[in-house]
Parts: sequence; C-alpha cells; structure tokens
Amino acid sequence: MEKKILEIRWHGRGGQGAKSAAQIVAEASLGAGKFIQAFPEYGAERAGAPMRAFTRISSNKITIHSAIEHPDVVVVIDPTLLSENILEGMKEDSILLVNAVLPPEEVKNKVGFKGKVCTVKATDIALEVIKEGRPNTPILGALAKIVDEISLEDLKKNFKNMFEKKIGTQRVDANIKAMQKGYEEVRVSG
Amino acid sequence: MIAEKTLVAITGAMASAHAMRQINPDVVAAYPITPQTPIMMNFAQFVADGLADTEVVTVESEHSAMSACVGAAAAGARVMTATAANGLALMHEIVYIAASTRLPMVMSIVNRALSGPINIHCDHSDTMAERDSGWIQIFCENAQEVYESTILAMKWAENEKVLLPVMVNQDGFIISHSVENVEILPDDVVKEFVGEHVPHEPLLDVEHPITYGPLDLYDYYFEHKRQQMEAMKEAEKEFPKIAAKLSAITGNEYDFIESYKLDDAEYVIVTLGSSAGTVKYVVDEMRETGKKVGLLKIRVFRPFPGKRIAEALNGKKAVAVLDRSASFGAEAPIYAEVKSALYTIKERPILQSYVYGLGGRDFTPDHAKTAFDRLMKGEFFEGEGYLGLRD
Repeated sequence: MEKKILEIRWHGRGGQGAKSAAQIVAEASLGAGKFIQAFPEYGAERAGAPMRAFTRISSNKITIHSAIEHPDVVVVIDPTLLSENILEGMKEDSILLVNAVLPPEEVKNKVGFKGKVCTVKATDIALEVIKEGRPNTPILGALAKIVDEISLEDLKKNFKNMFEKKIGTQRVDANIKAMQKGYEEVRVSG
Repeated sequence: MIAEKTLVAITGAMASAHAMRQINPDVVAAYPITPQTPIMMNFAQFVADGLADTEVVTVESEHSAMSACVGAAAAGARVMTATAANGLALMHEIVYIAASTRLPMVMSIVNRALSGPINIHCDHSDTMAERDSGWIQIFCENAQEVYESTILAMKWAENEKVLLPVMVNQDGFIISHSVENVEILPDDVVKEFVGEHVPHEPLLDVEHPITYGPLDLYDYYFEHKRQQMEAMKEAEKEFPKIAAKLSAITGNEYDFIESYKLDDAEYVIVTLGSSAGTVKYVVDEMRETGKKVGLLKIRVFRPFPGKRIAEALNGKKAVAVLDRSASFGAEAPIYAEVKSALYTIKERPILQSYVYGLGGRDFTPDHAKTAFDRLMKGEFFEGEGYLGLRD
C-alpha cells in the first residue's frame, strides 16, 4: 500500500492568497481522484501578518489532523518572509519555492538551505499579466512544474471552475496565463 | 441501496451548513461566534439563495438563540442552531431547559476553549461543561462525519421514544476550517431519510392546549427527572436502528464507538474528535513495525456507551485515555467515564490519563506515539499526564 502523503507548507501574509493557493492545489488534486486536506493556521487574523497554510495530497484516505511538521515542499509567497524560520522541519530532499527576483542560488545562500531551491518572479508576472500584485497564480504554475504530483492542466481547470463566477472570464483567463508563465519561468538551483 | 454521492472539497463548517440546507429546518436561531460563524454564514446564504426556506432568527445573544429554539420547538417546529465555547456557556441555562422539556433539536458545536484566558482555538471544555445537561452528544473525527452525524442527529432527536436535543461536535478550526474530501448525498435522499417532522404535543395545536415549562416542585419534579433519565436509555436503544437506516444509504458505519485495529491490540488509545484520525495514522505506522496497538474512538459520548467500551477493552494490557479538557480537582471527563465503565469487567487493563491539546495546542503524531511507547514500556504515573505541554 502506497502510504505517502505529499505535504506542502505555505508562507505568506494575511490577504496575499496563501489560504486560497493551498485550497486551489488541493481541489485540483481532488478533481484528479486524490484525497486532500487544505487548512490555514489561524492566529490573530489580520491583513499583512505572517501566516501559514497547509496542503496534503494522497492516493489514500488522509486521517492525520495536525499541522505539517516535515513538509515536502515549502512555498514562500512573500519574499520578505525569507529567513531561517522558513526552514523549520524541512528535510534534505524537501523543495523550497520562493516568489523572488533573485536567482535560486542566492536564495539558497541567504537562508542556508542545502536542498533544492526554486525561484519565480511571481509578483512581476502578476503585475504584467493580471495587472494586479497577486502572486499566487504564477506561484501555482511554478509549483506544477517542480512537483510531479501536481498537474498544470488540473490547476487551470480547477481555477476556472472555482473562480469564473466570482471574478469573470477575463480575469480567470489572465490568471491562467499567469500560471502558464510561472510554469515556464521558474528557475531551479543546480 | 447506497445513494449516489457527490464528491466535494469543503470544510467541516460547510459540511454542517449543507446538512442543514438538506434537512431544511423550520427555524434556526443563532448568534455568531468564532469558529462557528462560517456554519451560519453559509447556511444563511443558502436561505438567501432560496435553497432552504428556514426562518432564520438573528438574535442578540446565545442565551436568546437557545430561548428562541426552545420556543420554536415547543410550538412544533423542526429546529437547529450552532454555537461554540462562550456562546454555549451563555446558553447553559436554556440548554438544560431544552432537554428537560424534551424538545428535539440539533445544535452544531464547533469546539473551542472556554475563556479565560480568552482563546479561539479547539478544546472540549465547552461541550464537556454540558455533559450532564441531558443532551445527546456526538463527536466527529472529520468533515464527512460532521455531515452524516448532523443528518443522523435530526432523526435521532425527533424519534418519538427519544425526543431529546442533540449536539454534534466538531473540532474548531482543525475540522471546521479545514477543507477535505466530503461526499454529499442527494437532497431528496436526505429529505426522505429525515422525513416530515411530526411535532409531539405542539403548543400551536390549539385544539389540544397544553402547558410547557410550568412550576414543578417536590411533588413531581423528581418523577419528571426520572422520565428524562429513561429517555436517555431509550435513546441508546433507538440509536442502532436509526444508524442502520443511514448506513443502508451511505455505506458507512455509525456505532457508538469505532474500533480501529483493536481486536488483537494489546495497547490502546481511547479518544474522540479529530485526534482519533491522527491516532489512526500512528497506529498504521506502528503496526508496520509489528507493534500491537489500536484505537478506540468514542463517537457518542452521551448516552455514554460504557458497556461497549468495557467489552472492547476487556483483556487489553494497557490503555491511555486522552482528554482535550480538564476537570480541575478531579479526573478528566473521558478518563473518569472510561475508568468507571471498566469497574465490572474481569480483565481490567492498566489505565493512564492524558490531557492534550488545550486551547488549540496541536496534537501531533509524536504525541500519540509517546502515549503508546509509555504504555508499552510500562511507564505509568499517578494523576494525569500531559501530551505536548512545556515544562
């Protein structure tokens, strides 16, 4: 029996969409027949405060109900949150994905992480394509590129289903384009 | 026949709201409180969208919410509500009245620590403070159980031999705000399962006038309390029949307790709520290395399934009972009940009490593993131990 659960931890600031990103990835995987969990860590909720969110994806039923301690992937949506604290519980084979203009090697040196580091200029892409500083969709695209279990097509399809009614076709299309660009432009450390 | 279900990704709070929408109660009176708020927010949206035709009564406090529920149920309405923590504490007076007046209703409790100090996160101090109120209490491990238990609860509450209110508990944030796979039944299947509400001696039946809530002194109060005690016994008898009917539709089991890898287990954790899921994860892990460990999950806490628990734990070597609340100056609630239930069995296991997760402190796989390891090593101590507590 395959027991493995893919565990993703998200770091962002309140209002940046970390909670939504955690949920979009989970729902896309649910659509692909997986078992999922997505939940934010609630402290004092306020815009701008550092917050974390979590996603679990598995082929089997997920019964565990605790915060993720040893993530396979850590996604940093806000580069100002980059510090050693981000590395808490990460394993050597974990992946760190950061929204940053810096090349991955520089991020690697900055935080002192030995494993794989990826960067994507998600805020720049968002400003250019969506005309809004919402980096989470380009980050999602980048995530699909570096994590085998996550499919870009599923993400796109699910994003459309989730948001078309809420934000309209035009903005959905822009976000999907931003996802594609994030997928194409993510840089991976050597 | 198993009904065709729709798979959705929703939170525990949304699972409650969907169950409420499908039950379509006549009256819902509620007051917002974290982390219950998303239940009522989503349900009120369903009503606004015309998906339920409930009379939503927005009151000025939880005391009034429960009072409105009592009034509506006495009038003959099908009634539901939701609250958490201090909201439930504020209802306390009327919570007893709902049960002793034998008014069926269903209340979702999103478990949160009671103040003080003020805290918005999960523990069971809120619901445990109501354990002698005369309400039936169901605890849910995940969002799927929240959904199905809510539907089951309505049927159980309104059973003519029972006529008691039911609390459906879900862990605040851990379940209420966590998105998971949930399978939803078709609306008409739920509608048919809960059936038409046939009120028992409603106030609005003006052809047969009766009195609710009169003064009841030493001449009859005691006999009425006896009837309430008997009603709980009836609730215990009726539950398996109602559960079997829902099982036939969903394919899932709803016993008072759930045994997980328990048959050949020598070391057992007893718990309820979301921590049961985390313990299952640890049981699976430890079983891979040949450890004979298992879980006994309590799903129904009132009426307390003491006999079933005693049978399930008879002959086990050692058992840790986990409580997410404390009883200051006495044993923790679940531990005390389990210990009492084991008094009459032949081969009593060694018991250890643990308190964990107060005020939302995360309950991790390591905590469950520590409890099992100590049982296996024979490390026992007087009073309660703690899991996840700093010294």
